[in-house]
Amino acid sequence: MADQSTQTDELTSRERIKRALSHGKAGRISKDTSNKVMLGVFRAAAYITTLVLVAIIAYVVINGLPHISPDFIFGWPEGVNAEGGIWPTIVSTIYVTALAMLICTPIAVLAAVYLAEYAKQGRLVNIIRYAADALASVPSIVMGLFGYALFVEAMGLGLSMLSAAMSLALLMLPIVMRTTEEAIRAVPRYIRWGAYGLGATKWQVVSKIVLPSAFGRIATGIVLAIGRAIGETAVVLYTMGQAINMPITPLDSGRPMTVHLYLLANDGINMNAAYGTALLLMIIILAFNLFSRYLSRRSR
Amino acid sequence: MSVYQSAPTPESSAIIAKDFDFWYGDFHALTGLDVNIARNKITAFIGPSGCGKSTFLRCMNRMNDLIEGTHVSGSMSLDGNNIYAPGVDPVDLRRRVGMIFQQPNPFPKSIYENVAFGPRLQGVTSKSDLDDIVEESLKRANLWKEVSNQLSKDGLALSGGQQQRLCIARVLAVQPDVLLMDEPCSAIDPTSVQKVEDLMAELAPEMTIIIVTHSMQQAARISDYTAFFLQEVAGEPATLIEYGQTDAIFTSPMDRRTEDYITGRFG
Repeated sequence: MADQSTQTDELTSRERIKRALSHGKAGRISKDTSNKVMLGVFRAAAYITTLVLVAIIAYVVINGLPHISPDFIFGWPEGVNAEGGIWPTIVSTIYVTALAMLICTPIAVLAAVYLAEYAKQGRLVNIIRYAADALASVPSIVMGLFGYALFVEAMGLGLSMLSAAMSLALLMLPIVMRTTEEAIRAVPRYIRWGAYGLGATKWQVVSKIVLPSAFGRIATGIVLAIGRAIGETAVVLYTMGQAINMPITPLDSGRPMTVHLYLLANDGINMNAAYGTALLLMIIILAFNLFSRYLSRRSR
Repeated sequence: MSVYQSAPTPESSAIIAKDFDFWYGDFHALTGLDVNIARNKITAFIGPSGCGKSTFLRCMNRMNDLIEGTHVSGSMSLDGNNIYAPGVDPVDLRRRVGMIFQQPNPFPKSIYENVAFGPRLQGVTSKSDLDDIVEESLKRANLWKEVSNQLSKDGLALSGGQQQRLCIARVLAVQPDVLLMDEPCSAIDPTSVQKVEDLMAELAPEMTIIIVTHSMQQAARISDYTAFFLQEVAGEPATLIEYGQTDAIFTSPMDRRTEDYITGRFG
């Protein structure tokens, strides 16, 4: 009896589903057409993205390349600083970026190790993480203004490599910290357990296993942040000054490439030199991006 | 509650758990465990997923301390000393109680550095001492012949089964008294399983080995004693159902649930 009733129920269920399914309608546009249309839309979007990049690069290369020569790269500016070479600005940019990296990396990595390994996961850690994300979205001109008020004025460091580097470090800090934290978290717990199981202390696990394993991804984060810092204009505009100067000590002022480019283009005195500077800037940033790709590939 | 069939006596035991309970935060995971683990024998922990056998295993080298909010009650002693007593350093304990995991977990370093890692932690710096330890450990793990001419190769470049034996060599390099193996064979190929089992048999006369396994055949093949764990009601703590000599457990289980499990009626 019981068997029979379940069977009837099943039959009715089957029939009811079948009836409901038979109510389905064919779409107004055929499946084939909608597939093809959407494929075209996706393709177009992908092409536009690539095309924009190619267009920008081509524009800068076409306008900038004829102007690039050893004299332009390694020469000193002449006239109203619009003629001649741009060597001091290249040195200023590399100087300030290297200094910013040296300031930012230890703090960011230590903070990330604390967040990922030591801190009790909870409200406080979430707040710190949220603060870092918020810091990453502070407009760079605001960061420049803050750096001017704090480092240039309040701390009396003046318009200098150090003021600019510390302001840039603020900008790089959240990027490096978050990528480092992700990198540390990506180290499988099995590997940590293996080290703990051999009688390693927490510090030994972190220093001998976790950080070396995460090194490639941490380095990638640092390199990306450096790329960001090199292209930064607003921050350095307020904190490094604009005078053409070859920086020697961290307290010397200077003019980074981005500011040089801004001033050249703004005054419209020598657009060729502006494009030449832009091209060199892009080449340096591209080199850093390729280097970070290489690092992340090498570390799998 | 638990049924015992010719289980080890306290005198012949390396590890003794008495009225042992374990909690993950509010979740009471294990209750009322009274288990003697025979010295220099192989003991298998069996039971369906979620029955707490791996959790119990990790209690024996206090690996669970790494998880926030865990706590225990009752006692667990190694060679007569309570390992949960205040003042016991879990780092020292883990040197004496080594562990092998389900997933082979070599460090992203060379084969040599993997094995030398533990001795280096203990302050061994002499190259000749380290060379000795690495060679002897790899020999004991039956891996030496396969890797002796490529010690500087990345440990992760080895096959899964070789990686697991490398992990065993790595543990042997710190000379533990007890070896905990948490499903060591479930992620490697059958030939490698054979090699790991042979290795366990070779090590057992001088080392207390505890293995968690999902393979009934494996437990029957290699272990001297078998413990069956079960969580009968979801949300309630798991406990030990039956424990004793492997032959007895597999040929004449006294508890109905043990019989059902080993004959494959559930789990």
